[in-house]
Amino acid sequence: MNYLHHIGAYFLMLREVFKKPQKWKVFWDLFLREVDDLGLKSLGIVAFISFFVGGVVSIQTALNIDSPFIPRYLIGFATMRSVILEFAPTFISVILAGKVGSFITSSIGTMRVTEQIDALEIMGINSINYLVLPKVIAALLFYPILLAMAMFLGILGGWAAGILTDLFFTEDYLYGIQLDFNPYLIQYSFIKTTVFAFVIVTIPAYHGHKVEGGALEVGRASTKAVVWTSVVIILLNYFLTQMLLG
Amino acid sequence: MLEVNNVYKSFGEFQVLKGISTFFEKGKTSMIIGQSGSGKTVLMKSMLGLFNPDKGNISYDGRIFMDMKENDKREIRKEIGMVFQGSALYDSLTVEENVMFPLRMFTDENKSDMLDRVNAVLQRVNLNEKNKLFPSELSGGMKKRVAIARAIVMNPTYLFCDEPNSGLDPKTSIVIDNLIQEITQEYEMITVINSHDMNSVMEIGDKIVFLKNGLKAWEGTKDEIFLTENETIVDFVYSSNLYKKVREAYLKGF
Repeated sequence: MNYLHHIGAYFLMLREVFKKPQKWKVFWDLFLREVDDLGLKSLGIVAFISFFVGGVVSIQTALNIDSPFIPRYLIGFATMRSVILEFAPTFISVILAGKVGSFITSSIGTMRVTEQIDALEIMGINSINYLVLPKVIAALLFYPILLAMAMFLGILGGWAAGILTDLFFTEDYLYGIQLDFNPYLIQYSFIKTTVFAFVIVTIPAYHGHKVEGGALEVGRASTKAVVWTSVVIILLNYFLTQMLLG
Repeated sequence: MLEVNNVYKSFGEFQVLKGISTFFEKGKTSMIIGQSGSGKTVLMKSMLGLFNPDKGNISYDGRIFMDMKENDKREIRKEIGMVFQGSALYDSLTVEENVMFPLRMFTDENKSDMLDRVNAVLQRVNLNEKNKLFPSELSGGMKKRVAIARAIVMNPTYLFCDEPNSGLDPKTSIVIDNLIQEITQEYEMITVINSHDMNSVMEIGDKIVFLKNGLKAWEGTKDEIFLTENETIVDFVYSSNLYKKVREAYLKGF
């Protein structure tokens, strides 16, 4: 019953999120700040992880191909597919659920326990709309850019790792990543990322907004938000894959 | 006039307010006092529209808050200023941006007009040249003054203060008390303060409402508080030896 209550409260919150902002000028300023907080400040970690995980995927694939009958270009093919289908959209989203999700819950939760949200409400401002909508729009617009970067750097990292360790030749890798190229897979990846971006913002925002108590409760809410966001991402990943590729 | 008419409020089985009725007038500083758990905060939150009373109503100059549509409630809220116990300043905004916040949200003034207004109220609360500082760079007293500046920047009709002296030293408390009283008279506001601080009550309480166990146990002025024989309020206000002596001195005519 408790879960049902939270699911209901979450959807009621979404109804408030998508109301018209009270002042577009203020909304625009907040949106730009959120692009910086949620997007630009995640560039470094996404670039770092993408490059090295791409490298690891390619090295592991190369080391697992023992048979001389299996062509080396399959390393590029496997790296490309792994990065595009799962690593970039799902793995990066789980990482962002931790980084961005905890930031959103703790910042909104702290506002709640220090009465800043009450101050907004008393002024007659829809606090959910004011705090969450700019984050949602910023994430929906910016995370696909992060995804594109993660894909590129993952594949680049795969190539760099292979070349540095002499596990394959550049020609093989380039041939592999172009082999059987299907643009729909890119589309699938962007659809997943857009859905995950929505989840990464709204679930932590829900947990932050309903915090009651003090610093300890804010900490607990952040942990809970990251766990639930990750769980929902994994579940949605399964259902979306079934729906879009099955 | 702000009227509280027979307000009841419960949370589950626990009845917090049991039929409170009182009123608050323009240009006067009214204090709600009482022990922790007596219902002060719930009464204030009910007046602010954060809680809906189970029974009874709150009337803002004849406008019954509960009966209003959401848009009308928003309009009334623009007439309300609030100073929170912890100041509730927005951490990511500077002093200037914090005070300008209601103006940006609710007016179409250009930036220079807004800045003029912000500087005027900051000057009014004796906080000059702190515009670009963030809340984390301010002392407790300064934060309270910024909170007061933000509360009055829209020229509110109603000013609510929740424990405005909490965490402040006695000297700063007096400065804040006097500031609230002066502003109340100057802006002709209806000011309602939740407080535990008996110094404040004696200093600026034009009207005092004493709550006990969710009931209004006593109501009067700061002068009447010295003369009252009501045991409940005497027991609460004069619980310290210092205040007992002050009262004795007052009754003896110093």
